[in-house]
Amino acid sequence: VLGAGGGTCSYREAEDADLLVMWGSNAREAHPIFFHHVLKALRRGARMYAVDPRRTTSAQWADAWLGIHVGSDISLANAIGREIIAAGLVHDEFVNRATTGFDTYAASVEPYSLERAEQDTGVPASLIRQLAHDYARADRAQICWTLGITEHHNATDNVFALINLSLLTGHVGRYGSGLVPLRGQNNVQGGGDMGAIPNKLPGFQDVESDLTARARYEAAYGVPLPAKHGWHLSQMFEAMETGEMTACYIIGENPVRSEADTARASGLLAGLEHLVVQDMFLTGTAELAHVVLPATATWCEAEGTVTSSERRVQRVRKALEPPPGARDDIEIINEIARRLGADWGSPSAEEIWDELRSLSPMHAGMSYRRLEERGGIQWPCYDEEHPGEMFLHARLWAEDKAQRGAPAPFTPVVQEDPLDELSEEYPVRLTTGRRLDSFNTGVQSGQYATPIRRPETLNLSPEDVARLGFAEGEVVRVSSRRGSLEAPVHVDETLRAGLAFMTLHFPEQVATNVLTLDAWDPKSGTAEFKATAIRVDKLDAPALAGEGQHAEVTT
Amino acid sequence: VDLRLGVPGPATAEERAAVATVLGPPETGWDGGQRRAQDGHAAFGGHAARARRHLLLPALHAVQDRVGWISPGALDHICARLTVPPAEAYGVASFYALLRTSPSPRTVVHVCDDLACRVNGADQVCEQMERRFGAEGTQSRANGAGVTWQRSPCLGQCDRGSAALVQRAGADPARIAVAPVDAGQITPVSAAGPAPAPMVPQVTDEPLTGVSRDGGSPAGGSPDGGPAAAGGQLRLLRRVAKVDPASLGSYRAAGGYQLLRRAVAAGPQGVIREIKDANLLGRGGAAFPTAVKWEAVATNPVRPHYVVCNADESEPGTFKDRVLMEADPYALIEALTIMGFACGAEQGYLYIRGEYPLAEERLRHAAAQARALGFLGQDVMGEGFAFDIEIRRGAGAYIAGEETALINSIEGKRAEPRNKPPFPAQSGLFGKPTAINNVETLLCVLEILRIGGPAFAGIGTPRSTGTRLFCLSGCVERPGLYEHDFGVTLRQVIEAAGGVRGGRPVRAVLLGGAAGSFVGPEALDTPLTFEALRETGATLGSGVVLVLDDTVDVDGLLQRIARFFRDESCGQCVPCRVGTIRQEELLARVARGAPLGSAGQELALLRDIAAVARDASICGLGQTAVGAALSAAALGLITGTGSGNGSGGGATTGTGEHGSGPAGPGSGGGNGKEPA
Repeated sequence: VLGAGGGTCSYREAEDADLLVMWGSNAREAHPIFFHHVLKALRRGARMYAVDPRRTTSAQWADAWLGIHVGSDISLANAIGREIIAAGLVHDEFVNRATTGFDTYAASVEPYSLERAEQDTGVPASLIRQLAHDYARADRAQICWTLGITEHHNATDNVFALINLSLLTGHVGRYGSGLVPLRGQNNVQGGGDMGAIPNKLPGFQDVESDLTARARYEAAYGVPLPAKHGWHLSQMFEAMETGEMTACYIIGENPVRSEADTARASGLLAGLEHLVVQDMFLTGTAELAHVVLPATATWCEAEGTVTSSERRVQRVRKALEPPPGARDDIEIINEIARRLGADWGSPSAEEIWDELRSLSPMHAGMSYRRLEERGGIQWPCYDEEHPGEMFLHARLWAEDKAQRGAPAPFTPVVQEDPLDELSEEYPVRLTTGRRLDSFNTGVQSGQYATPIRRPETLNLSPEDVARLGFAEGEVVRVSSRRGSLEAPVHVDETLRAGLAFMTLHFPEQVATNVLTLDAWDPKSGTAEFKATAIRVDKLDAPALAGEGQHAEVTT
Repeated sequence: VDLRLGVPGPATAEERAAVATVLGPPETGWDGGQRRAQDGHAAFGGHAARARRHLLLPALHAVQDRVGWISPGALDHICARLTVPPAEAYGVASFYALLRTSPSPRTVVHVCDDLACRVNGADQVCEQMERRFGAEGTQSRANGAGVTWQRSPCLGQCDRGSAALVQRAGADPARIAVAPVDAGQITPVSAAGPAPAPMVPQVTDEPLTGVSRDGGSPAGGSPDGGPAAAGGQLRLLRRVAKVDPASLGSYRAAGGYQLLRRAVAAGPQGVIREIKDANLLGRGGAAFPTAVKWEAVATNPVRPHYVVCNADESEPGTFKDRVLMEADPYALIEALTIMGFACGAEQGYLYIRGEYPLAEERLRHAAAQARALGFLGQDVMGEGFAFDIEIRRGAGAYIAGEETALINSIEGKRAEPRNKPPFPAQSGLFGKPTAINNVETLLCVLEILRIGGPAFAGIGTPRSTGTRLFCLSGCVERPGLYEHDFGVTLRQVIEAAGGVRGGRPVRAVLLGGAAGSFVGPEALDTPLTFEALRETGATLGSGVVLVLDDTVDVDGLLQRIARFFRDESCGQCVPCRVGTIRQEELLARVARGAPLGSAGQELALLRDIAAVARDASICGLGQTAVGAALSAAALGLITGTGSGNGSGGGATTGTGEHGSGPAGPGSGGGNGKEPA
């Protein structure tokens, strides 16, 4: 956010915040570690709002829950912004000194009255007003979000809408105030840090625009680097479709199960001329591969670092010998390079890390010794004297204009409804999410026993179950415009009529992503997992005309 | 918030109605009401909902009273309404003996087989119950209604021979204390059939409580009849059997509420000064200076302040607070109001054990009358200060008498003691400054205001001022509650109660209840003061004087004490949780003549257990749990331990080098209540 690919706050700041807005985040189940910090804050007296279509177990801790319609986030955020402006609660000094584009923003949110937002979101205007006032008046307030914000076709706009609110109220760059996107895996942040994104070199240095950085890499490696952004995942699948991309090397990812519109994804992967998969497990994707490279478990069988959501780089140490045949990722990559004719030697994890430090200024001060001594360091850390930064963007509050640097821009955004529209044929909104006891497609968590794990179900509100004449546990047909599957019904009181919920934890049992739309956000490349239009029928009901243009994937 | 108890059915209409009597009807679909369309888009909870957590125990009581047990569905419903995780609520429900978490007949008879009742033939009562209702814990039917019975720790009716508590659920729930027990009566009268006669408050049942004051003079004051018969000046018991416990008018005619007026005139600091001058030490067991507590709360800048009356008297053998509350409830209400005024509190809580239905009813009645007449409320007596009292019912947990456990219980948690510091005066109820005292201590405050601090200090000895209530039970001619000036000797106390029954010799006296210690006949001339007893290593505790003649089965008593502590240990501290079990096993082995190694080795082990439990338990329960057994060993009262030195006194016996007793310095003495 705000030009840096990480949350602005540290976990412990959440404990000292006065107000937490959990927006599109069921952290209680999906980010239990972060939620421990939230609970400490609540016990200390902090208030919490939850914005989520479902009243999740996180939302049940909140002082107030705003049960918005799926995909109406921008309308809500803009209405909150408008109300803050109208009520005179804008942090004028911060806005004047540290931001640009306020007037345009103010004009852009003008159409989003509380009444309109109530209509768009379903949430009472009075509650929206209350959130606006409480957020603006709080001394320390944070907005925390997860995939409820980002797994939409307009994910980036959603994030901008939230950033705008923090700029309006000065809730950024100060201790305890900030913007906190929560990462779903222990090292998603680290992947981004290390340049595993199509447009950035390690350390979030832009491939196209940061010429100095690119020159630095070219000098270090002695080869010219491509000067253009690469493809992100959704673009890669499109390129497979058009035949532009014919080979793929996948490391530690299981797109056959995790991509939206599974049938299409596995078809495309299967059609590649050459597919290499490097993974700890023989995943669904690996089964399609021409070559499978068994890798070690990075958290216990290899040396290295990980980065947490609060930008803290920590050491990972090898504790176990890998099973026979499995090899360290570094070793595999170097071996491939050698077979391709480039001998990179056999560098240790620390040597590679030190090379990174010489190329990525924000990691420069993080020697293994310091990481060890300090129990991890939060980037940026520019030299070996630098302690790292607990929170980002403190510069925006500097008295001195030069220190303050470039102001943070407001980015006006407009409400766009989910692409997969509800209709008479597909009247129910399906949203997807996670459960406490499982992790993503279950590759890593599925083999561990837990007493609370239930198999996949289609969760429906008591009202819909009654209306459709289903019974708890009855297997029904769930259809979207893309495919259909069968799943048992579960009555879920946290849902309202017209809203359904599934996870993606049990792809072998129910391939939820058969249903989802692979429409993606052009700015971030994230697919719209959170908003699918479905219909639910008894198994003996006749199939809908026109269906069947996609293979029916039921398991 | 996220865990459910298995797959419970929804709460029944009866259960929901019971909960609604405490929490009001549910307002939204989220707190158990009808699901409305608007509930799908907004819900409120968080701090506002969690602030009602303290209503958890009252809500559980309501369901228990109505249905006879707390079903998973009912528990889930309560949890949804209070946003308490079901696992936590189950932890609370299963903590208390009077709450049942598995299906149960609507009537449960709790038969006391604790120390005093045991001496008076509780085993025979239990045999009768078994013949009539089947084995303990099994269900049977009487007059078409389900009944079960179970043994119970002390019910606080030790002056009445034997005791039982009938707990009956239903639309007209009842708890009836029966003493003395005739198992034959229980079926038709109380376990089933029509509602029992309502518990109309009445003047204390005369023959049940002998009351005496013996002004420290040589024994001879014969207390047959009521308190008046003693002739002298009763202080704490002065109104017993003199005022109508159901009439505020009667109380005021006897001088009631003049002392509150006096307190208001003196001001909070003035009241505390009088108590300081009186050198009043707490009567709950730990003998902590009352004025120090009150001053610490009164001067604490954190607001609000709370005052709490600890009426959870559950030390086996203790019944003094029950008598006071049943006979003189207005005095307690007035005293607690004075405490609130002195400590700067607007809200007082009175936590009474669930086994005292009559006392609770009379206190509720008294508080309601006081409120109606302006002695409680926003403007007490027109004096411009606000104070009110909420009466909270315990649910059967000895440990709840420990002050911080009691605070946790009021907050709706398991009654587990807290670590101290912080002491309640700094961070007590709801984390706020809290003063907490037991019933007898509060009545002493009334007396101090009546006669003045210095005059109170003139009674008794310099370091144990005022009078003391003694709960005489066991093998005495006239069991009952007796008031004596401090300084009286044990012999005098026993003689005032008519001496040992049948003129038999005293074998031992249990002072201070299960958490106290045994003393032998050689201690009969020890003055019963805090300081003299501390020197001998004994403790006055809650004023229990359980007299044992030469026919009593001391081994059986010790095993009952061991079982009591094993049951009542809250389980937080391992030395207590495990040590109380080891003690029980050890005493059973010795009693059946099968010690591990020699009896001497067993006693060494017992001393080890005692030392660890004393050093490493955070509250008085664990610290004193092995004390009685150690003192009995020191006196050679344990069969098969070799010494047999029944009159050897507190001096070291063959095996008992710890003869100086269990409640060593730092134990806080007492019965787990009001530790210093």
